[in-house]
Formats: sequence, C-alpha cells, structure tokens
Amino acid sequence: MSERSSWSRRLASLAELTVCRAKEFVREPEAVFWVFLFPVLLAVALGLAFREKAPDKIPVGVIADGGSGAKNPAAEAALAALERSPQLAVRAYAEKAGREALRTGRISLLVVPGSSTKPPRVILDETRPDARTARLEAEDALQRAAGRTDPLSVGTEKLTEPGARYIDFLIPGLLGLNLMGTGIWSLAFSIAVARQRRVLKRLIATPMRKADYLLSQILGRMIFLIPEVVILVGFGWIAFGVAVHGSILLLLAASLLGAMSFCGLGLLTASRVGTMEGASGLANLILLPMWLLSGTFFSSERFPDAVQPVVNALPLTALNQALRAIINEGHGLVEVWPQLAIVTVWGIVSFLVALRIFKWK
Amino acid sequence: MSNAATDRPAIPAIPAIRCRGLVKRYADVTAVDGLDLEVLPGECFGLLGPNGAGKTTTIEILEGLAEPDAGEVEVLGLRWKGSERELRERLGISLQETQLSEKLTVGETVRLFGSFYAQARDPEAVLAELSLTEKKDARVGKLSGGQKQRLAVACALVGNPDILFLDEPTTGLDPQSRRELWDQIARFRATGGTLLLTTHYMDEAEKLCDRIAIVDKGKVIALGTPRDLISRLPSAYVVEIDTEPDWSAERWRAIPGVQEARRFGEVWSLAVSSLTEAVPELLATVEREGAKLLHLSTHRATLEDLFVALTGRALRDE
Repeated sequence: MSERSSWSRRLASLAELTVCRAKEFVREPEAVFWVFLFPVLLAVALGLAFREKAPDKIPVGVIADGGSGAKNPAAEAALAALERSPQLAVRAYAEKAGREALRTGRISLLVVPGSSTKPPRVILDETRPDARTARLEAEDALQRAAGRTDPLSVGTEKLTEPGARYIDFLIPGLLGLNLMGTGIWSLAFSIAVARQRRVLKRLIATPMRKADYLLSQILGRMIFLIPEVVILVGFGWIAFGVAVHGSILLLLAASLLGAMSFCGLGLLTASRVGTMEGASGLANLILLPMWLLSGTFFSSERFPDAVQPVVNALPLTALNQALRAIINEGHGLVEVWPQLAIVTVWGIVSFLVALRIFKWK
Repeated sequence: MSNAATDRPAIPAIPAIRCRGLVKRYADVTAVDGLDLEVLPGECFGLLGPNGAGKTTTIEILEGLAEPDAGEVEVLGLRWKGSERELRERLGISLQETQLSEKLTVGETVRLFGSFYAQARDPEAVLAELSLTEKKDARVGKLSGGQKQRLAVACALVGNPDILFLDEPTTGLDPQSRRELWDQIARFRATGGTLLLTTHYMDEAEKLCDRIAIVDKGKVIALGTPRDLISRLPSAYVVEIDTEPDWSAERWRAIPGVQEARRFGEVWSLAVSSLTEAVPELLATVEREGAKLLHLSTHRATLEDLFVALTGRALRDE
C-alpha cells in the first residue's frame, strides 16, 4: 500500500469516526437540550430577574384639609409644586389619614402646607433613607415653587449603557460555562459508555488508530461549537442588546481554544472510568468548583485575596475573563493572551495525561 | 476495495493459529492453565467447554486483546508484539455479546468498521450476505438479538479477514437465528477462510467444526474431529431413565449391558454399548422389582456425553 493511499484511508476513517460521533450526539435529545437550549433559558431567566428598572417614585402625602375640611389654596400650591418633581408620587390626605399612612409606611413623608403665618413643615421618620431623600426632594420642589432660582445647573449622566449591565456580565460567563460543560460531559459520557458496553474493546480489535478515535471525539464535539456560540451570543444580542465589542474572529478563536481545552479535561475525566455513574461523579467533581469559583454568575473577585491565585488559575476563570474582555471591553489578543495561555496549558496537560493513562480494554 | 470474498491469496502451509503453554491468572483463579492449540489454514476449529472453562480468555489472548502470563502465540506465523497492525488488518473478530453503538444505524456501523481496513469489502455486499439489507437504516438499539449477532459478524467480515474469531456467536439466539448464522459461517468457510469459534453448544460444535478441542479448567482435555471424539466413548448410546422408588448407581450398574450410571437432576443417565441388549434388560428388571417407570428415553452418545465421561460434570450449567 502506498504512503498516500494509506494517509487518505486514515483521513477517511477519521472522517467516518467523526461523523458517527456527531450523529450519536444529535440523536441524543437530552444532550442537544443541555448544549443549545439550557444556556439560552438560563440567560432568559437571569436576564429577566436582574433587569434594570426605573427607580420607583417615593410616595409622599400632603395634608389638604387644613383641619377645617375646606379647600385650601396653600395645599393646592404645595401639591402642584411637588408633582413637578419626577422623584415623587404625591397624594392629598386629610390630616388624620395622612399621619396614619406615614406611620404604616405607605408614604415616606407628609407635607403640612404653610399659611400666611406659618412656613410649611414636613413630618418624617429620619431613620428611613427614602424619607431623607423625599425630604430633600420635597424641600427643593417647594423652594423652587416659592421662587428660588438656582445659580448653577448640575447635569446628570445615567449609567445604563450596554456593557455595564448584569446581562452583559452574564452572557460571556454562560458561554464559558457551556463550553466547559459540553466539552467535559459529551466526551466523558460518550467514552465511558463505549467502555462500559465494550465498544472500545471491539474497536481496538480492528486496525483503527487509537489516536484517531480520540481525535474524532474532539472533532465530533467541535462540529457543534459554531452553532453553540452563535445561538447564545446571537440570543444575547437580539434579546438583551449585548453587543460584541471586540473582534468576532477573536471571540470564535477563544471559544475554540476553550472548547479544545475542556475536551482535554473531558478525555482526562473519561480516561479510566468504567461506568456512566463513575463518569458523572468525576465530571461533577471537576465541574462544581468551577461553577462556583470561576465568576460565571458573579465576579470571582469577591472571593478573598488569599484564594485569588487559585481561582485565577482555573481554566474557566481564565476563559470567562478572556470572553468578557473580548465581548464587553472590546479587548484584543494583546490584552487577553495571558488568559488564553492558561486555557491552552490546561488543555495540553490534561490531553497528555489522558493519553498516558487511558484504559482501552 | 475488493468486492468478492473469494480473491484471497493462497495461504502458506503454516498453522493459521498456534499457541503453546498459555497461562493466564486472575486474582483468585487460573483461567488458562498451560493450553496448547494448533489451527490449520482453512479449518473451522471449535473450543468447546462449559462457562468458565477459559474459552473466552484463550480466544482473547489469541486475538491479541489480552496478554498471557506465560506461553507463546503465533497468528498467521506472526507474533502480536511487533506485528499488531498487520495482524489487525487480517483478522475479523466478534467478541462475546458485542455491543455496538445503539444510536448508529446498521449501515453506518458496517461502513465505519469497513473504513478501518485496507482491503475492506463493500459494506452493502456484506449486509446482503448477512440478510441485513432491509435493516440497513434501523438503529442498532432496535435490533433483535439475532440481528445484533449477525451485525457483529458483518463487522467482523467487512474487513475481508483471513481468520474469523467468533466467541459464543449463537449464545442466547433462537433456533432459527442460530441456523441462519451457521449458514453464514459455512459461506465464509467456502471462500477458504479459517475460523476459530468458542461455544458451549455441542450440536453447534459437531455441525460446524472440522476439529474440536474440549476445554475444561483452562486445559484441553480432548482434541479431534467430532466423529473421532465420540468414537472414543466406550459406549455408543445413552439411556435416560427415572423410576419410583429411586435406585442407587450400584443397582443400575449391576444390570447387564449398563456400563456407567450417573445422575443428573431427577434422571439417571446410563451409558450402554447396545440399545437392543440393554433396554429390554432394563425394562425387565424394573418390572421384576415392582418399580414404576417415570421416564425413559435414549440417544446416540454425543460430545456432551463425552464431556460427562471425561469430567463427571454436565457441559451446560443447569
């Protein structure tokens, strides 16, 4: 057999193995759910739970009956002045009812309108922060209505721009988490099942190259990388306006590197376990610390300084940091290479160890 | 890719499989205990023995899937060490209860196995040969036991092997599926292929094999053609009999014409050399003693009876 035809045969056999692996995957509906739908559902749930809302107006009351029950022009004027403030929700009360509302917390502040003889008063519980805010706001409104002119107008810039919201933080983290979960679960399960059912033993009784088998497991997983990234990032963009500020190509490259690295960990997980139960236990042992520590749902910087070196050395932490830098900050390779290097080292080391200790029979 | 299985090059006259002094120990048992074998090219050779006799361990050592603790193995004149790649190309293997990926179809599975071999046959032709063409698009997980076993053989044949190893190929199959598989094995033999199979069915061994090695406790205890082996039995027939009240072995052996008496379950198995002499004598004795006859049947002595004569135990575990 000539060198060339032997190589072309090997490629054909690698392609056959890869296609079979991919078919096995798509014929497992649960797997498709966990890889493609679960992260989107998670993004929807968390995106809705933590969406930013306009701050509620502070409820304040105005005593309108002046104790006599007759319509009171001073109260009318105070009501009009307070309604002009965007921060306050104003209602008129009879004195007794107003005090009752204040005591039970339905309003934060009660305004007693002034008269020709008395300046207006406010009644509040000073231990409540919203009461203090309401007082400042109400006093401001009344002063202006009384003719105060401000020597200075202070502008406001609201911090709600894309890139700084929780959902912006979440989407890259979910992508990293998904790359990890898919890589480890799909390889660990597929190989553990093959070993348990003695398919592995049957395969090595053929001239198949062992490296081709392992490679096909990785390639079979990579086929689904692009749709996986596109679905999650695309969903974040369409539903929540989470834009990719950096290079799409770099994002894909980082995802590819992350996916490969976690395939290495998946191989390592699967290298010796003989049952699905064993694989699932071991996979959880590897996944759980990273679920918690690697800053997917909240920043990993909240952990104590002492453990930061460990947390930062985890492959998911590094991948999440890189993905956030690319998606949210628009950073390039120059900024993210140290994180990508950590991811790569994890992949190479686990792949090599897995090859060494892999049990075929 | 060669389509027909017939254009196999002439096999030189060295043994297809040869092993000497094979020993394999596991933690608490010696599975193979100094086993010698020689299988000739073009021969169908059977390892016959009860479960746990060491058949599977032996065949897996010969297939290069297990390492012996001692002994030598040569397959097609080659040793496993150093020639593994070449040997793998030339052997077709069906493991005991092979399980293939349930999510793939029959066609995909055979194509996949074909892709590993340099001289692979056309998967379609192999499927047709094993009557699996109409199951081509069925998932492996949906096949019956007989179809799964045929698929396992298809995967072994698609590489166009010189030697086919089948470990318990018909265990658990219904009689129809067994006969179908026997036909397919016969077809492989007709193309000049060498076959090594293990079985604990003596009828299978008798029907398929040119030569048989009876294996017990990791050793070959008898070797020869089926006819040859049976002719070694001193008595050509077996009478199975049960009476009430039950009699002792001595009492049975005392009857003229009965050479040996062994009890299996409720029934006594009596070795006799002539039915026409022994049966009237047995009936007369039962009648004379006033016992009640509960069961009587006779058959020609088989490999099963040989195994019983050699070991004192039944071949099939009850």
